Amino acid sequence: MTDRKTHPASEEIPAVQLQGVHKWYGEFHVLKNINMDVARGERIVICGPSGSGKSTMIRCINRLEEHQKGHIVVDGTELTSDVKNIEQIRREVGMVFQHFNLFPHLTVLENCTLAPIWVRKMPKAKAEEIAMHFLEKVRIPEQASKFPGQLSGGQQQRVAIARSLCMNPAIMLFDEPTSALDPEMIKEVLDTMIELAETGMTMLCVTHEMGFAKTVANRVVFMDGGEIIETNDPHAFFDNPQHERTQLFLSQVLQH
Amino acid sequence: MSEMMQEKYAPGTHPDWEPPATEVGVIGWMRENLFSNWRNSALTLLGVYLVYLIFVPLIDWAIVNADWAGDTRDACTSGGACWVFVKVRFNQFMYGFYPAEEYWRVNATAVLFALMILWLTVPRIPLKRVAGVLTLFVFPIAAYFLLGGGVFGLSEVETTRWGGLTLTLILAVVGIVAAFPLGIILALGRRSEMPIVRALSVAYIELWRGVPLITVLFMSSVMLPLFLPEGVNFDKLLRALIGIILFQASYIAEVVRGGLQAIPKGQYEAADALGLSYGKKMVLIILPQALKLVIPGIVNTFNELFKDTTLVLIIGLLDLLAIIKAALEDSNWLGYSIEGYVFAGAVFWIFCFGMSRYSRALERKLHTGHKR
Repeated sequence: MTDRKTHPASEEIPAVQLQGVHKWYGEFHVLKNINMDVARGERIVICGPSGSGKSTMIRCINRLEEHQKGHIVVDGTELTSDVKNIEQIRREVGMVFQHFNLFPHLTVLENCTLAPIWVRKMPKAKAEEIAMHFLEKVRIPEQASKFPGQLSGGQQQRVAIARSLCMNPAIMLFDEPTSALDPEMIKEVLDTMIELAETGMTMLCVTHEMGFAKTVANRVVFMDGGEIIETNDPHAFFDNPQHERTQLFLSQVLQH
Repeated sequence: MSEMMQEKYAPGTHPDWEPPATEVGVIGWMRENLFSNWRNSALTLLGVYLVYLIFVPLIDWAIVNADWAGDTRDACTSGGACWVFVKVRFNQFMYGFYPAEEYWRVNATAVLFALMILWLTVPRIPLKRVAGVLTLFVFPIAAYFLLGGGVFGLSEVETTRWGGLTLTLILAVVGIVAAFPLGIILALGRRSEMPIVRALSVAYIELWRGVPLITVLFMSSVMLPLFLPEGVNFDKLLRALIGIILFQASYIAEVVRGGLQAIPKGQYEAADALGLSYGKKMVLIILPQALKLVIPGIVNTFNELFKDTTLVLIIGLLDLLAIIKAALEDSNWLGYSIEGYVFAGAVFWIFCFGMSRYSRALERKLHTGHKR
């Protein structure tokens, strides 16, 4: 789906590295000693009960949340409080939110071209060409001149995916992308994400869609109470969970 | 059978199923809104009677029985409004004590201003960005030299001679144009994560909001010169303007802050996640939405500012109201204060109503059908 240029020198360094990451909200310890490496092209699904810190963890990767201890290295650049560093990383990391967060005052096309024009300094015509390319990929080019408020939830989320892809990111983060959708719209968004996975995009997805995890994930990470409890490949994870808490969680999620 | 009908007619348009005549059109509307029950009917009749009581004598006084012709108070014999007074003094009400042979300069400025406003507000005229730059940066300089003179062979007209509606509009327009951006900066400052910036913004806003505008104007005209070194004395009009701008900026700041607070956190996060810098995030994403939300509040503040300019009469600047008051002291025209004040009120109303109408049109134009 992306026409990404390869960085020969950076092939061996992981896309994302988290080393001993801790985070507190005041006294509350939300992330406890998170260690994880994500290789280039790897697709990780992160699941766990609500309040387990999974969203907080991926939001630390593009600095929407600040970690207080440990190291986070994204695409070879360490996240520090240096604003230039943060903006550099955010340009390379796309994010899709639970509530889409499209810009309601801009058309679908303008939503997609805004960052390429203002952040990447791309000429407007080029940015629009790229935006239409990705809107076709997510199968809504005919909505380009509409405003987000005129689209369904599923369509909005696909626009949000296209908007991120227009920045030509190296890594995509998904924070419960289907949780706010009506059931009949979940599939169209998941199909788009599966197609994206097939292009070799590095993806970190917080989701409860276990079918999606089985289809596309290289690894499934289970979190609870701010810790990574278990990491395994999808087959082993679903068929033979090691940890008691994982078993409990899966029994609750897979019942339906 | 029923399927055929559904194909032929859109829902609600079947000719055999028209609503009863008493439920639609003028009669239907009146039945529903004016005479739906006996209490509503009584209120309707009472309302009509009150309108009759107020407006018939008013129109009688202001138009039917009014005197328009003549140049002296002897012309006013009919007992209605004596518009002769306003007519005779009209130039003074418009231009203050600006030299009569130089009126064209004020008129030219006004025409120029009207053209710029048309260019900016009529959607069909292109090149809005050029118009914006011209209005904000070129027009004020042109207006300053056109009105003040002293260059290009234009004779100098001191600001003490500026007055009437001209002065009112100068105070209001400069006040609005300068206080608006300052207010936005203060609003952003108050929501900043930097403690010093935030504290300074809060202190500024709370200080200026806490004093009456009259106090500000007194200070600017009486106290400020005491603190300036001897020989330094800048224009009284400029001092009043600075006072008005600094005062109104604090009000605008609070209105804009209300809009900023209504923008969901997700909008900030989405802008951040795309790598937009703070400035771009605010200018491209947050402020367009926040300002749109608070258009009614901003226009409210502008309306207030426009009317508050009348307070400059206490420091001896002769705006429209002050010059009408001065004219009323004229022994030739004693007793026509109602005409003077009605005229002043009507002029202020026209400008404020114009702003309100424009703001409503703007709100409709910016509505993109989104809900939060």
